[in-house]
Amino acid sequence: MDLSVNIAGLKLKNPIIAASGTFGFGREFSEFFDLNLMGGISVKGLTLNPRKGNAPPRIAETPAGILNSVGLQNPGVHAFIRDEIPFLRRFDTAIIANIAGNTVDDYCRIAEILSDADIDAIELNVSCPNVKEGCLMFGSTAEGISKVTAAVRRVCKKTLIVKLSPNVTDITEMAKAAEDSGADSVSLINTLLGMAIDINTKKPILGNVMGGLSGPAVKPVAVRMVYQVSKTVKIPVIGMGGISGAEDAVEFLLAGASAVMIGTAGFVNPYVWVETVEGLKRYMERHGFEKVTELTGALLD
Amino acid sequence: MNFDVVIEKTEKLAENIYFLRLRSERISAEAVPGQFVNIKCHDGLDAFLRRPISIMRANPAEKTFDIVYMVRGKGTRILSCLECGDTADCVGPLGRGFTLPEKGERICVIGGGIGVFPLLFLLERSKDVHKTAFLGFRTRDMIVLQKDFEKVSDRLVISTDDGSFGHKGLITNPFIEYLQTEKPDRVYTCGPLPMMKAVAEACIERNIFCEVSMEQRMGCGIGACLVCVCKVRHNDDFGYERICRDGPVFSAEKIIF
Repeated sequence: MDLSVNIAGLKLKNPIIAASGTFGFGREFSEFFDLNLMGGISVKGLTLNPRKGNAPPRIAETPAGILNSVGLQNPGVHAFIRDEIPFLRRFDTAIIANIAGNTVDDYCRIAEILSDADIDAIELNVSCPNVKEGCLMFGSTAEGISKVTAAVRRVCKKTLIVKLSPNVTDITEMAKAAEDSGADSVSLINTLLGMAIDINTKKPILGNVMGGLSGPAVKPVAVRMVYQVSKTVKIPVIGMGGISGAEDAVEFLLAGASAVMIGTAGFVNPYVWVETVEGLKRYMERHGFEKVTELTGALLD
Repeated sequence: MNFDVVIEKTEKLAENIYFLRLRSERISAEAVPGQFVNIKCHDGLDAFLRRPISIMRANPAEKTFDIVYMVRGKGTRILSCLECGDTADCVGPLGRGFTLPEKGERICVIGGGIGVFPLLFLLERSKDVHKTAFLGFRTRDMIVLQKDFEKVSDRLVISTDDGSFGHKGLITNPFIEYLQTEKPDRVYTCGPLPMMKAVAEACIERNIFCEVSMEQRMGCGIGACLVCVCKVRHNDDFGYERICRDGPVFSAEKIIF
């Protein structure tokens, strides 16, 4: 059985990837399972300089989901290269560097620095809802996505993935803009902007008032968007949003994804990534698939 | 690190306060005071995040550990329905615990409400030291495990907000009064933020070693998601550190309350 996929040059031994922001730099989860079993890891969003992140509380539990407002707390791209890549390279799994910036210039500088680093792909985060400047400002319009993608493309020597926000009128326009500006792949969806209120204190639960919704609650929205986007663009699509196991992962693959990312589910089940790989194999066996790539877009409509 | 544990004993200690004795050879052997376990309430999708709960006692010989929690929402409400013989999915022990005292030292613990429970574990594991415990509760009916605390402390001071038992008012009052004549070697505190802040300030002012156990809404519980942070001093600046991994116990001097 062949689980390997090739996303525009990014080779993965299987299509199961840790979603950015839920997996740190892999150290914590490496205490639970062997990271060699994963297709890849999209690391915590990186900025040029270290970022403190937002004031707590940074999480609110909602029905079948969570809102988070971490705000890109990270040690900066240089510390990542110095301290984290050597650790991650001890494992045979793809390293995807998720990057975020306030300006187009920020994105380009980080991409330039990382192009010379030992990583496998860059995921352009233009969809973080938790920072005031940049990021979603670019990701919420086709013009913004074109501008930042085209600029980064010129300096980026790695596979370039653009991570799309669902907080837009028509996500297919955003995907098209990314494709036309040189993206090798798109990943979707980032979190849905949401809010939760403590009715006893009459205050927002999150310190940052609003936050990004993830978890099983967003899955149908994500599947729909992956379906629409994969019909629109020719570049490979990486799907995510509420995946908690192999059945969910298969849904995304059938909808058109070439690989999937899993995040929030790992907070409850730290083994979710490896269990999904195993479950995927069982599904393929049961349904007579030899190669996982045959699942992509195998939806009967 | 992820195991099903069997529930050996359940008890309702007070209104909304529940005791669980759980069987796990590994957790009971590894747990140190100040650490917690992250428990899954059920398999459903409502209240699906694990609940972090402090370890109140570990008994390696019996292969059990105890936790006490307050029912505050749907998740803990579901937990409170567990019965003997049921299993619970428990990740742990997690986090960085208290620095245990040296032989012959004098220590104080100051706990408020459900913050008292990890301090019981600390008192039980602190051998050959002089121990004074200050515990604050809302009212007489909320005082729990008084006998357990009496057994492991040389002096126990209790206060209630309404004066229905012990000192009336905040537990920090008798503690600050105690500091007029005594200088403990180490002070440990867990409970409401204003209480811990007052204890920390009193200790820092008098140059007394003090550790605080912080609390915040948690995500993964293992340090990967960066949601359960608290504000800490970083030289002349500040930063956020993970309560689940870098804490929950921090040096009082480090915390920016």
